[in-house]
Amino acid sequence: VVEALFWPALLGYGEAAFAYASPRTSRAATWGVRLGWLAQTALLIAQAANADGFPWSSWAGSLNLFVWFVVGAYLIWGCRPRFRLLGLAVMPLAAGLFVVARIGGGTDTGSSSAYGNVFLVVHVGFVLAAFAGFTLAAALAGLYLWEERRLKRRAADILRLRLPPLATLERLEWRTVIVSLPLLTVGLAAGIVRQHERGGSLDALEAVTLATWVVYAVFLGLRPSGRRAAYLAIGGFALVILARLVLAGSHFT
Amino acid sequence: MTLELIGLSHHVAPVELRERVTLDLDAASALAGQLGDSVVLSTCNRTELYLFGVDGDDALAALEGVAGEPLAGVVYRLHEDDAAQHLFRVAAGLDSLVPGEGEILGQVRAAYEAVETGPVLDRVFRQALGVGKRVRTETAIGESPASVSSAAAALAAQVFGDLEGRHVMLIGAGRIGELAASNLVSRGAQIAYVANRTVETARDLAHRFGGEAIALDDVAAKLGEVDVVVSSTSAPEVVLAASDVPAKHRTPLFFIDIAVPRDLDAGIARLDGCFLYDIDDLEAVVADTLNGRRAEATRAEQLVEEEVERYRAWRASLDVVPAIASLRARAEEIRNAELAKLKGRVSDDERRTIESVTSQILNKLLHLPTVRMKEAAVSADGAAYADAVRHLFGLEDEK
Repeated sequence: VVEALFWPALLGYGEAAFAYASPRTSRAATWGVRLGWLAQTALLIAQAANADGFPWSSWAGSLNLFVWFVVGAYLIWGCRPRFRLLGLAVMPLAAGLFVVARIGGGTDTGSSSAYGNVFLVVHVGFVLAAFAGFTLAAALAGLYLWEERRLKRRAADILRLRLPPLATLERLEWRTVIVSLPLLTVGLAAGIVRQHERGGSLDALEAVTLATWVVYAVFLGLRPSGRRAAYLAIGGFALVILARLVLAGSHFT
Repeated sequence: MTLELIGLSHHVAPVELRERVTLDLDAASALAGQLGDSVVLSTCNRTELYLFGVDGDDALAALEGVAGEPLAGVVYRLHEDDAAQHLFRVAAGLDSLVPGEGEILGQVRAAYEAVETGPVLDRVFRQALGVGKRVRTETAIGESPASVSSAAAALAAQVFGDLEGRHVMLIGAGRIGELAASNLVSRGAQIAYVANRTVETARDLAHRFGGEAIALDDVAAKLGEVDVVVSSTSAPEVVLAASDVPAKHRTPLFFIDIAVPRDLDAGIARLDGCFLYDIDDLEAVVADTLNGRRAEATRAEQLVEEEVERYRAWRASLDVVPAIASLRARAEEIRNAELAKLKGRVSDDERRTIESVTSQILNKLLHLPTVRMKEAAVSADGAAYADAVRHLFGLEDEK
């Protein structure tokens, strides 16, 4: 069953990644996202039903869950024609990471973890949901910078190749961070409490995740606007990438 | 009786001639009433007479009466499908000076609603209004601005999104600036200040938009209170220098410089959070969006062609519908006559059964000929089939 669900999900995400390239096929792309996400949701349910404990506690498994959160966050407001380029930024990344999760065995069944389910749901689930939000915020920030540059340079095609207005991009970026940071706070707190109880030491992933928290806390605290906000959101996302793709391996062993 | 169009437009007639035959809605509907079953569409770019069963030469003579000169060499005359296709293109904005402009659809509606029409003109105009709507919803032809002033408003919306509650400062009280201001206001913006060398002139415009008139010297001091600045003075020198713009402002500042020579220091574009568009930039944006409109026009033409096919099929069906109706009426007449002979010879239950059975037999028998005649109508054999049916079933008298 899991095998049968992985491919439709990948097909949906892959189709969306290509179809968002043209305005004429963006509606088909949105349907690809929706159907792919439903297939991945079914896959996650099948994994949960077959697992002895929290099924996404491995690095690859958590990547699988991360992709689901990213696409889910995109679905909240990405399915509109003017957000086509947001889809073009998010969906290739989602499809690529989904394949990496698959190669790493993150879409298999039968995994188990030594940790309690409640702790893993709170720690892994919340941290990944926050990271997915930061990914979306970075994509919005990237679009903001691109659009702002086109406006500054007075590009003649500014109204033909139309993005959401600058103010909208900035507002959505802010809202995404304001929702994501509390999730990261709860997820991090759960991890720190557990580590304190077990007496472990801070590893590289945890240090970078704390740094990520600081960056976004500064973002909310200073409430920068325009380009500064976009640079800060993208800077925070660089730490997310570092945490998810470079340092995560040691944390999950 | 045929559908005919007689008209002239910006494609074939200079403005000197067009303005002589331009009629307001009352005059246009009066002319239509005088001609018979007709609709007169008259705008600044076209005057067109859509006629059904009206002598075209008489209509042309009436139009020449309005123009005060012969028009035979200028007007175009189209018939049936060609006339319908032309009307559909007009309603869709495809025949307009700016492809896809939306005003014409309202003008077509007004012309149609101002007169009583027969079934053919009624159908063709209702379909034309549908085509106009369909083209605007299924293509992006009408989405982009087609003028410098509407482009300026669209660009401001690209920065701020909804312009509701955004404050605008007009520098200069000229006609072009007023047009840009109207476009911004139509998107929800408020004109906060009108600055002019002569404050008295500014006061009149400010009053109309509900803003405040200020002197040119006060512009820099008020910049912190506005989001959009539109400048269109005839001043020979720069009106606002980059150094006059406050380094910190609460939102982005969007400057539109429609003046030649330019009013606003080009250095403003380099300031953080400031966007500056001059007349060349705006014209480049408009040219680009017009190219986009032309690309969308190809898709719109396909929609028009589909609708012309539908109209053609409907018109063809008009040839056979009377024959079908006569055939069914004759069959029903025979059935009723035979049923009448049963009166008193069968019970009520038996009578109801016989009525039901004979009705079903009739329907089944006539179903295939009806379908075949409708198919033949679309392929242009409709009239021949209709004549054959009338002859075979003795329906000539009812023709």
